[in-house]
Amino acid sequence: MSVPALSVRNAEKRFGAIHALRDVSMDAWRGEVTALLGDNGAGKSTLVKCISGVHRLDEGEILLDGRPAHLNSPAAARGAGIETVYQDLALFDNLTPAQNFYCGREIGFPAWLPRPLRFLDKRAMNREAAAVIDRLQVRLPKFDAPVAMMSGGQRQAIAVARATVFARNVVMLDEPTAALGLRESRKVLDLIVKLKAEGNAVILITHNMEHVVELADRAVVLRQGTKVGELKPSAQNRQDLVAMIVGAEA
Amino acid sequence: MREEARQTALRGTAAESGLLAVTLGLRLLGFGPVLILALLIVAASVGVPNFLKPINLGNILAQTAVIAIVAMGQQMVILTRGIDLSVGSNLALATVVGGLVYQAGGGGLAVIFAMLAAGMAVGAINGLVYVYGRLPHPFIITLAMLSICRGLALELAPGHTTMRGMPEAVKFLGGQTTLGVPNAFFVVVVVALLILMLTYAMVWGRWTYAVGGDPVAAREMGIPVRGVLISTYVFSGLCAGIGAVVLSGRTGASSPIYGNLLELDTIAAVIIGGASFLGGRGHLGHALIGAVMIGVIRNALNLLNVDIYFQMIAIGGVIVLAVEADVLRNRLEARARVLQAAKT
Repeated sequence: MSVPALSVRNAEKRFGAIHALRDVSMDAWRGEVTALLGDNGAGKSTLVKCISGVHRLDEGEILLDGRPAHLNSPAAARGAGIETVYQDLALFDNLTPAQNFYCGREIGFPAWLPRPLRFLDKRAMNREAAAVIDRLQVRLPKFDAPVAMMSGGQRQAIAVARATVFARNVVMLDEPTAALGLRESRKVLDLIVKLKAEGNAVILITHNMEHVVELADRAVVLRQGTKVGELKPSAQNRQDLVAMIVGAEA
Repeated sequence: MREEARQTALRGTAAESGLLAVTLGLRLLGFGPVLILALLIVAASVGVPNFLKPINLGNILAQTAVIAIVAMGQQMVILTRGIDLSVGSNLALATVVGGLVYQAGGGGLAVIFAMLAAGMAVGAINGLVYVYGRLPHPFIITLAMLSICRGLALELAPGHTTMRGMPEAVKFLGGQTTLGVPNAFFVVVVVALLILMLTYAMVWGRWTYAVGGDPVAAREMGIPVRGVLISTYVFSGLCAGIGAVVLSGRTGASSPIYGNLLELDTIAAVIIGGASFLGGRGHLGHALIGAVMIGVIRNALNLLNVDIYFQMIAIGGVIVLAVEADVLRNRLEARARVLQAAKT
């Protein structure tokens, strides 16, 4: 446990005139939840998208288990064991939960054919997906129906469960409870606890301070693209965290 | 407290029965095109003299074959939220290329290969320009290719007109029958089986559904979205090429004026058959049902001596109905989501 599962070193990212990330460094450790906090436009989502391979860093580097990683596409990041639950979930409404789980990483055969021309091993994918859903105790109305007709909480649970299937190093969740009611939020928080217990480094973006205090082992605060602080959240320093996020001097 | 629990339970049952009604409605919409086709066939059998005669049914199959084949390619493109307006001109160009190869002394295989290659080349241009030209919508490039291919076909055809003559192999596929069934029908079956395998059994098919369902998510999930898009246009071009073989075989000729308005027929077939314009929803059954529906409507109105202009009006009306059904389906699904959340 001496090396963090993920380290970001001196990250810089610009979008034209906007300086989205300025010299940001952070670590995430296995078996821990690292909260990534900040106001809207602070650079949280940009940082997540750089780690998940959607954007590329202009400068700086990303280390996985201490070794430099080249995450220049979402496929590369997923290949490196980094899973992301995006704010928009990135679920396919027209596919079933199992199809969603394996989308882009279908189990196919024979191996000597180019990937798009391989035959789908539907039985294996259904079996694996059902096992994960069972293990995480996600309750779904129907396993073989497209996710279009499922509720917000069920869809969120599917997106989180998908991340757990392949995560070997890091799971990032971008505001996983933003669109959910109280009860459905609770279920997703339980899932996050399970992810952590299974030894993943979890990075959680949220605006909900209660969730941060309850779940996070460490909190990293961004403001206007710069890292302004890092501390262990607790009920006592909650106010300090909020002050850091909005930029008010304590 | 007990009152509250009772209220929650009540709301749960209301949501449950509402969900049942919505699900039933969605089922009905799913079966809609099949029901309408069945009604059309029954009505035509009763009301149109000679409709049920074997020779007429064979005619319908032969006439529908070209629309069906090209519509199945169109279906793959529409599945990815695209559209291919070039298929009609592409088909004409492919027949002309095939005709030129024949006149230059090419045999059956060479002619067929030339037609398929021409179709796929046009499809590849559509896909490459759409993706790498960063066009906002394939409408534009395929519209341009509609014009370019027609012009090219007219330029290439000697005398800018129809060329007589096709090799036996092409005539066999497009114009002859086996056991009384047009061979063109078997071509449709083979193309359908190929698509069935690609879409249900293979990774490529799953990717086309994913790209159609949510292109942004597809990229985030590591699917090669550009490659998938280009390949669907190549596939649509291939189907136009196969359509060219069948049509040339039936007429024993090639012509730069073939396939006029075929893009409209194929798009109509896909939409009337019940596929969604919103992407990710639909299968080859929709294209086939839609193609047969158009074939039956045309044939019945022909036998009744209704003039051709009214046929165009009728098919246009059916398209509007089909798109409205698609909109209704999406609203019902949104309603189902809300009820699902209330239930749990």
